[in-house]
Amino acid sequence: MKRLINFQPSRTTGLALGLLPFVLLLLAYLMASDARLAENPNDKLLPSFASLGEAVHRMAVEPDKRTGEVLLWADTGASLRRLALGVGISALIGLAFGVALGAIPLVRAGLSPFVEGLSLIPPMAILPVLFVVFGLDEVSKVVLIVFGIAPFIVRDLQQRTRELPRELIVKAQTLGGSTWQIVLRVVLPQILPRLLDAVRLSLGAAWLFLIAAEAIAATEGLGYRIFLVRRYLAMDVILPYVAWITLLAYLTDVALRLLTRAAFPWYRHAVAKGVA
Amino acid sequence: MSRVALRNVWKEYGDHVVLERLNLQVEAGEFCTLVGASGCGKTTFLRMLLGEEEPTRGGITLDGEPLPAEPGPDRGIVFQRYSVFPHLTVLKNVMLGLELRAAPLSGHLLGAGRRRAREEAREMLAAVGLEHARDQYPAQLSGGMQQRLALAQSLVVHPRILLLDEPFGALDPGIRSDMHRLVLDLWARHGLTVFMITHDLKEGFYLGTRLLVFDKVRHDPQAPQAYGATITYDLPVGATDRGLYETIRADVRKTETDAAVAA
Repeated sequence: MKRLINFQPSRTTGLALGLLPFVLLLLAYLMASDARLAENPNDKLLPSFASLGEAVHRMAVEPDKRTGEVLLWADTGASLRRLALGVGISALIGLAFGVALGAIPLVRAGLSPFVEGLSLIPPMAILPVLFVVFGLDEVSKVVLIVFGIAPFIVRDLQQRTRELPRELIVKAQTLGGSTWQIVLRVVLPQILPRLLDAVRLSLGAAWLFLIAAEAIAATEGLGYRIFLVRRYLAMDVILPYVAWITLLAYLTDVALRLLTRAAFPWYRHAVAKGVA
Repeated sequence: MSRVALRNVWKEYGDHVVLERLNLQVEAGEFCTLVGASGCGKTTFLRMLLGEEEPTRGGITLDGEPLPAEPGPDRGIVFQRYSVFPHLTVLKNVMLGLELRAAPLSGHLLGAGRRRAREEAREMLAAVGLEHARDQYPAQLSGGMQQRLALAQSLVVHPRILLLDEPFGALDPGIRSDMHRLVLDLWARHGLTVFMITHDLKEGFYLGTRLLVFDKVRHDPQAPQAYGATITYDLPVGATDRGLYETIRADVRKTETDAAVAA
């Protein structure tokens, strides 16, 4: 018998093992839900799959009586728009400042302590400030996301830029490169795949800030809906919404990973060989 | 006028003297190999020629002019690792120097200029035997091929001096002798002035035209950093014989042992 640390599961075993916790969770839910419903058919805490299905149908297919919109899609659209804006702006800020801070010592000396200080402010603590300054609509939600994740991306990319081998920067100078040319042709292209990595890592936080902002003040959005129906203990809506948000987060992550692979074919080789 | 001249150059970090009393004149077209114990300042010397470090005392001139205090296109470099750009294909690695020179703002060439640069880069790649790999990324190449690429990339901008920092230290012996032939060939064909650091004393004894040995002549066991290394032997390569080889090897060994004991 091999030691446990040497035992590699086969592909199928690995897949089965990976699915197991999900299946177990579903089973546990089913059993608990059945037990509660047997005791009280009107229990709202753990709705049956049938009532979850009904709720999904109501939210995702039938138009809302009041607004005429299909709520799930309206909510998804609103949330994804805020998320994309917030993450996109953060990525641009992260790229511009991260590279400048990492590549140019004078910029680093001037701005690094400031960025570090900024990143230590708990974003949720300034949400009231954002509401006061930007009002209760879209801008303050996007700004909260930016405030929450841009400092992380800036600091991560600053670090990645500084980790580029010094030899490459020297080499570029011996090829006649100016500061601008070196940033454009040597630093930026090597930082872009790392930007996508940083964005992937910060997506979880971005969702957190989005839902927090929507919970407090919004008229549509996934987070808004969850916190709205909580008043009626509508677990049959909340649970599918949470599952849907999780699925969206997963798909975004996969999409970014595929994009990195397709757009930067050299990156995988280089990382595998430890030369990136 | 010498291509490179050093006049009483010292390099110190605080009270740590790395190099002292360096005086040297190197003419255009010479091929200098630099050997010596590790920690004897060979790399520091190369970094001073590169412009990455400045001498604490004394001066260095390049064709009579003071050496610029930062790296530039007149001095090419090949490091042991990280000499090529991982995000560019082989061909684009070589084209980069040409593009940087011709397009100060965008760093990219288009149209006819791009075609000319590509042609030039392909000739350079053919000269180092890499034409077949021109669309691959560096990480897909072997160590020897990466160093060939690094040489081609440096030479395409026609530097006056080529600096080699143990370029073949990480390669297998068989590949290494191929690379020696290639470097000698490129040196002769491009009329380069070469400074090459090597760990391998034998390499220094037959490659090139001039052997520079870096070693410490003064030792203070109580303060091992009080004295720096200097050039102890400066020999034309033809005049080196077996006895001298053994003497230098013993000297270098002794310095390395002393350093190990001090540490």
